[in-house]
Amino acid sequence: MSRNTVRKQIHLAAHFPGVNNTTVWADPESRSQIDFSSFLHLARTAERGRFDFFFLAEGLRLREHRGRIHDLDVVGRPDTLTVLEALAGATTHLGLAGTINTTFNEPYELAKQFATLDHLSGGRAAWNLVTSPDAFTGENFRRGGFLEYSQRYVRAAEVVDVTRQLWDSWAEHAPVIDREAGVFAADTDITPFDVHTTQFDITGRFEVPRSPQGHPVLLQAGDSDEGREFGAAKADAIFSRHGTLEEGRAFYTDVKNRLAKYGRSWDDLKILPAATFVLGDTPEEAEERARHIRLQQVGPQTAIAFLEQVWGKDLSAYDPDGPLPDVEPEDNVIITRGRVRHAKDPLAVARQWKAKADAENLSIRELIIEVTARQQFVGTPQQVADEIDLYVQTDASDGFILVPHLTPGGLDEFVDTVVPLLQERGSFRTDYDSSTLRGHLNLRDPHTVTEGARAS
Amino acid sequence: MSDSSELLLAVEFAGTGVHPASWRRDDSRAEELFTPRYWADLVGAADRAGADFAFFPDTFGVVSGENTVRGRLEAIGLAARLTTATSRIGLIPTATVTHTEPFHVAKAIQTIDHTTLGRAGWEVAVTPGVVELFGRKDEQDTASLWAEAHEAAEVAARLWDSWEDDAEIRDVATGRFIDRDKVHYIDFVGEYFSVKGSSIVPRSPQGQPLVAVTVTGEETLEFAVQRADLVRIRATDLAAAADLATRIRTRAEDRRIFVLLDVDVLLGDDAAADLARLEQWAGEPYRSDTLVHSGTPASLLEFLSGVSGVDGVTVRPLALAATVERLVEDVLPVLRPAVAPATGTLRDRLGLPRPVNRFVAAH
Repeated sequence: MSRNTVRKQIHLAAHFPGVNNTTVWADPESRSQIDFSSFLHLARTAERGRFDFFFLAEGLRLREHRGRIHDLDVVGRPDTLTVLEALAGATTHLGLAGTINTTFNEPYELAKQFATLDHLSGGRAAWNLVTSPDAFTGENFRRGGFLEYSQRYVRAAEVVDVTRQLWDSWAEHAPVIDREAGVFAADTDITPFDVHTTQFDITGRFEVPRSPQGHPVLLQAGDSDEGREFGAAKADAIFSRHGTLEEGRAFYTDVKNRLAKYGRSWDDLKILPAATFVLGDTPEEAEERARHIRLQQVGPQTAIAFLEQVWGKDLSAYDPDGPLPDVEPEDNVIITRGRVRHAKDPLAVARQWKAKADAENLSIRELIIEVTARQQFVGTPQQVADEIDLYVQTDASDGFILVPHLTPGGLDEFVDTVVPLLQERGSFRTDYDSSTLRGHLNLRDPHTVTEGARAS
Repeated sequence: MSDSSELLLAVEFAGTGVHPASWRRDDSRAEELFTPRYWADLVGAADRAGADFAFFPDTFGVVSGENTVRGRLEAIGLAARLTTATSRIGLIPTATVTHTEPFHVAKAIQTIDHTTLGRAGWEVAVTPGVVELFGRKDEQDTASLWAEAHEAAEVAARLWDSWEDDAEIRDVATGRFIDRDKVHYIDFVGEYFSVKGSSIVPRSPQGQPLVAVTVTGEETLEFAVQRADLVRIRATDLAAAADLATRIRTRAEDRRIFVLLDVDVLLGDDAAADLARLEQWAGEPYRSDTLVHSGTPASLLEFLSGVSGVDGVTVRPLALAATVERLVEDVLPVLRPAVAPATGTLRDRLGLPRPVNRFVAAH
């Protein structure tokens, strides 16, 4: 493919390794999940690789398993916005995206925090909006578990609309800072808000001038029909689940086809699946490393814990290298809290797992390694670059949020070996040509309030 | 404490300065007020010159007058943003507790302590009025606002201890990342809120980041006595400041606290003329509930040499950029002729021990 051909451009993000078993902490190369040096390392690596943005998830309550704090995965993480602010001072172009829950925050404060990050990063802020109706998490907050499950997208939509209204309330040219006339910011340049919705009853004036991006970039995850519709209506990018090429194309087409009814074009919403990757000098070496990583990700105790989630009971007496238990699972017993449950219908899943293990003669650990495997990129740098480009050029995605399995060096090899190949074929920028994240993602600037509403 | 080189020196970084007309000066840098460069320049300069603490005031709501600075960045975010622009100074944002979540505030301050390797503090404040911005609460009187502040500070203190220092074990043999017996629920149940815990953030370098408060009345004085490490006071003469400091120390008994006197400062070669011009713009004389010093750097040094009975002063520049420039060039080099390279945490430099974890002590 010639460099002169205009190719669809890939967007890449670096996900700081999270607190599930994707992150391998037992490896000798694994470093702190909390020291700022780890965040600096990953962010600087991503910026060196000309990535669109860095991504940090949020924790609001430590997970529990069988009534106690889950201790088998990485535990503990920092406050999201605080780390992004600190990284803003240590990077120059990299977008800074963070998950912030809308259930346990009020729009006025959220709007102020994200406007602050956008100002102090020169227009690089992004918000991955989640809305959790989770009473378990609510125990750490004033209102407890107040939100009904059915109301989560109602609240999410209202939060987006209200925060955008606040961000739009200062005129673009405000503050005027007219020393002669003695006017710092004119009353007429700060439009008051007066919001009365199902979730909010607020009035007043917002206190932060319009930030460089106008609206920080909005990311959203959610695979349900309601989630897809919300993304099409409101989001700038969808953080989706990585699957096969066909699954990717189907999701991509479905979501993008929903944009027109909101007056939006295909380019206004980027589809960015989260994907893991394993590299090797040869295909065989990559496969071998992938096998080794899977063994690290599903240690003996983790295998039992996954099984317990489905069975709903203590299975610690079982040998992870032995056969599956003969006992029946408990119906409707949830023993893991603070994360999405692995199985929606545990009885059916248990039967399916048992049948698979019997048929293929798998131990508990071998079975869990297989059934919890996700689609990932495995191969030589050339193979991985080809595959990523194929997904993007054939509209299975607009790029990827890459999730390294090691903190903080897990992206180094990708940046050193895969990124140059993507650049060589003209699918990925060789340098930043914009200073804002909206610019990197090729998103239009949001209209101001006086120009009328548009989704972003 | 007669030697002014022993005085702690803090600077309050607010807008273009505490004088409402300060933005009208040609050198106010008002156009840069919402850019990172403005803050990194000023706080970075104070840091390099050896100032001990940077305070970042904050509240909610926008002032009504068109002729004063309007608009403000969130102080916790601002302090965090200055992590890599500074290396020594204590970063102490104000976070009001009236409309915020104690859990969020606690973990954010704790995170600044991690990013700065132990230079974080929290100035606790309340926000009367402006309930309509949030629509969640009724108006509260001062007693109620500060009763809630006590609860928020208690929640933060417990959350900051909720992980024991050696909770992370990474024990490959048993597959355990943490020893969960060393991570604790805080089970706080109060009149204003309940928080289960534990913190999502492991214990930070200082263990307990420093807690600051400004004393403006009986409620804040009681808060200072019970909970603060840094106590900001206001007084219109040095004798009154020393008296108040003594009262606070007496009530705090054997708890080590540092009392810092707020001084509103305008530095310039002709500060009297500068002040007159600010007052002319404002249309009224400058009044303050604390000492005001306008003069040259030399006169400020002379003033500081007469300060006693308190542990330090907080300079509140009337005109921020210009006064910080003179502080850094002409005042701090005299007070801090040799700025030691940054080592240790803020607590280390104050001679405050890293607190024993209450959950370990309770074993």
